[in-house]
Amino acid sequence: MSGNYFLKNSLAEQRIFLSRIIVAFVLIVVLSVGLLARLVYLQVVGHKHYATLAKENSIKIAPLAPTRGIIYDRNGNILADNTPSYTLELVPEQVPNMDETLQNLKTLLNIPDEKIEQFREHLPRNKRFATIPLLLRLTEEQVAAFSVVRPYFPGVDIHAGLVRYYPYGELVSHVVGYVGRINEQELKTLPEANYQGSYHVGKSGIESAYEVDLHGTTGYVENETNAQSRPINIVNESDPVPGINLHLTLDMDLQKTAYDALEGYNGAAVAIAIKTGEVLVFASRPGFDPNPFVYGIGSKAYKDLQESEDQPLFNRVLRGQYPPGSTMKPFVALAGLENEAISFQHRVFCPGAYQLPNSPHRFRDWKKGGHGSVSMENAIIESCDVYFYSLAQTLGIDRLHDFLQKFGFGEETGIDLKGEKPGLLPSREWKRKSLNQEWFPGETVITGIGQGFTQVTPLQLARATATLANRGNVVQPFLVNRALTPGLVTPATYPREPVLPLKDANVTNIINSMVNVIHSARGTAKALGLGLPYKMAAKTGTAQVFTVKQKEKYNEDQIKFKLRDHALFIAFAPADNPKLAVAVIAENGGHGGSVAGPIAKKIINQYLGIK
Amino acid sequence: MQVETNNEEFEVHSWLGNFLRKLHIDIPLFMGLLLISGLSFVILYSASTQNMDVLYKHFIRSCLALVFMVMLAHVNPYQFKRYSLVLYGVGVVLLLAVLLMGEFGKGAQRWLDLGLFRFQPSEMLKISTPMMIAWYLSEHVLPPRGKQLGVTVLLIIFPTLLIAKQPDLGTALLVASSGAAVVFFAGLSWRIIGSLIVFLGALAPVLWQFLRDYQRNRIYTLLNPEADPMGKGYHIIQSKIAIGSGGISGKGWLGSSQSKLDFLPESSTDFIFAVFAEEFGLFGCAGLIVLYLLIIARCIYISVQAQDTYTRLLAGGLSFTFFVYVFVNIGMVIGVLPVVGVPLPLISYGGTSMVTLLAGFGILMSIHTHRKLLPT
Repeated sequence: MSGNYFLKNSLAEQRIFLSRIIVAFVLIVVLSVGLLARLVYLQVVGHKHYATLAKENSIKIAPLAPTRGIIYDRNGNILADNTPSYTLELVPEQVPNMDETLQNLKTLLNIPDEKIEQFREHLPRNKRFATIPLLLRLTEEQVAAFSVVRPYFPGVDIHAGLVRYYPYGELVSHVVGYVGRINEQELKTLPEANYQGSYHVGKSGIESAYEVDLHGTTGYVENETNAQSRPINIVNESDPVPGINLHLTLDMDLQKTAYDALEGYNGAAVAIAIKTGEVLVFASRPGFDPNPFVYGIGSKAYKDLQESEDQPLFNRVLRGQYPPGSTMKPFVALAGLENEAISFQHRVFCPGAYQLPNSPHRFRDWKKGGHGSVSMENAIIESCDVYFYSLAQTLGIDRLHDFLQKFGFGEETGIDLKGEKPGLLPSREWKRKSLNQEWFPGETVITGIGQGFTQVTPLQLARATATLANRGNVVQPFLVNRALTPGLVTPATYPREPVLPLKDANVTNIINSMVNVIHSARGTAKALGLGLPYKMAAKTGTAQVFTVKQKEKYNEDQIKFKLRDHALFIAFAPADNPKLAVAVIAENGGHGGSVAGPIAKKIINQYLGIK
Repeated sequence: MQVETNNEEFEVHSWLGNFLRKLHIDIPLFMGLLLISGLSFVILYSASTQNMDVLYKHFIRSCLALVFMVMLAHVNPYQFKRYSLVLYGVGVVLLLAVLLMGEFGKGAQRWLDLGLFRFQPSEMLKISTPMMIAWYLSEHVLPPRGKQLGVTVLLIIFPTLLIAKQPDLGTALLVASSGAAVVFFAGLSWRIIGSLIVFLGALAPVLWQFLRDYQRNRIYTLLNPEADPMGKGYHIIQSKIAIGSGGISGKGWLGSSQSKLDFLPESSTDFIFAVFAEEFGLFGCAGLIVLYLLIIARCIYISVQAQDTYTRLLAGGLSFTFFVYVFVNIGMVIGVLPVVGVPLPLISYGGTSMVTLLAGFGILMSIHTHRKLLPT
């Protein structure tokens, strides 16, 4: 060894290098021999074994699909169930003559041409060794007919499985949603291994939002098969883990009452338990029967649903965006009080219209002669427009926007469903960004009565009402009762909200005014208060679908139904100890108090156990 | 064998031979590379289910990589030595840039988009790391010890960690081994090697904590592929079926049923060896491994003939890394190493690795053809 640390010794370095190269080459040769030894093991010793496996790809790994979780309402009623069903399946690789086989099956089982075509379309998209369903929901007769001749149809088999069934049909179609056949796009995004045995995936509603939990984990069985691909020996097996059963907060009795009460109108009704945020009613009318979607709805039937003027596929509770009209007034009034812009005793003279200084435009009140001198309480009770025009003008759009935003207007509620719409709470910034325009003073005025740009979803409206009833403790609506189903993977999307810093006296004043909407002689919904054994707080609303031109007269009978105003109603009860908050929207219902009000009252009555 | 006897001690009196020598091309190495490239077209034709488009792209890439190799063969090794530090530095900076872009973009990021083409800095490090180590060590007294050893370890570990973070475990492994090989050839004492092995063995459970879930899964899968045949174990199970069913003599060219029927995934890229093994059997596999060994033998011969410490260490490092390449890929396909994305050198479909590989051979040729004539 060179003992010299300071001078380079080329010869010594070369000698070391040479010895190391020899060691490395020996290592390389040894490792290569190792590779060859492994190859000998695979290709000589194991050849027979692997050749058999390869020949028929004879280890068949069959997925065992997990049972999808059942969906219940709060009382244990089943909203989404699994029912036994027989499916006719083909493995293309094992079918000797596809055309002939399909022709024979068609005559044997009376398969409609449409299904055969659908199958042919699916064919090239799947791997040749994958199992593809040809006919779903076989009848007992079909099962019997095929079982007799099965040996003559290699690669074709009947699979007994469970298929989704929705006993309540259209009643809860928008909340529960439905499952459908996995489409090409979903095939790319779903975890492939876990969906090997599954034909269905949640498409909408709870079925989609909680897909991961409802689906479960796929098991498999590894079969050794003979030349006819029949399993002869189980090599390995692992059981599937069923999906989690979900318990919704929905109350089917209330839901049915609400849905039935909406009959004759397109619309929505939402009811939220104030103390917890549980959604008891989530009704969007018209609904649709989700069951055909499970088996693949026919294109004609689907087109009819899609093109129907009543839009049955439209989830109005979650995605319907309506001008809130006068239901906004209690919140605007509270904005005035909390900002100390005016006092509760502040009076405004209402001559039947409102004008901004230096502007000829007349903002009309719904009452042609005007309300005279009104206090805030009376302005809410009688729904005086001029009072709120004036209040909005005093507050200005910035303060109005910032306050209403705290009640959740203009943003998603964060309920545990997908595709929620945020509504629209206008502001200067919003208008500059999306319309590239300055804010006009007149737009502030109409925002004060919930017209103009403002749009809310029924869910938002119910939530804001519940939060008001809860005296500023923000109520967070949700549908799945997580306490009953621990260990869900799907995250609770909704955030924990803070408490709004509201002055108790202000809230009490607004709530008392809302009570008098029902329980005073001049209330816009006084008809609902007759003989009511509890106190209800409410506000009616009528939202213009189109704008009445200046100086034009408005006549409800003369305009076509589709152009009639939307009827809105928000309420909570009992007023002294609020338990349930309700929002109802009846499209083209005309006046809120007379159309939407009774629907809300039915829901609350039933909830409180009053006939 | 022809390849072995054709070295320049035997004068090749032909026009072609003179021409190649003028190009600074080492004829035996060149022959070996041509042979294996030719083979790659034969295998790829079958593995891609006779897709001419794939062959065409492979041809273009091979040509470009060959041109690059010839260009590098022309460069005097002195220049490599001179720019070792710069190349290494630039490589590391680019790695950092890629990592930062990955932070701002989404998920894993290995590419640097240069507009015209996309560039993978980690590939560059496969060459510049051994260059850097060889330069650093050749400037000091060998064998390395003490401070130099510490610096060397840092020089290797830094880019390795950056690449592993991308995450690209396969390339990180190759970069680390290329650097380690140079240190080994520089004469790292056996006592240190021994204690390093013991130390790494003890460290393994700690490193395990740093692996990502999917990387751990690959190791679980290797140990027991049957545990998850539908998912993670699928590659290895199908690959073993393909290789085993090939038997001693194979099913013949274009005769592989496993890859044809879509059982075998990535049959043109990382798992192409399985297709080869199914079609050409044990004989074919042995032939291919011998061909690789011949190329490696020539590379080692070049490094032994090298005239100074820098070129010697660099040549030795590059030769050994090439073997690691072959070993890791075949090892993973036959199920003795975990699945890390390393292609079969010179045969797998895909451009970047081919350019890097041929660049390495270009440097080896440069080292060999720029020797000064010494009296023997």
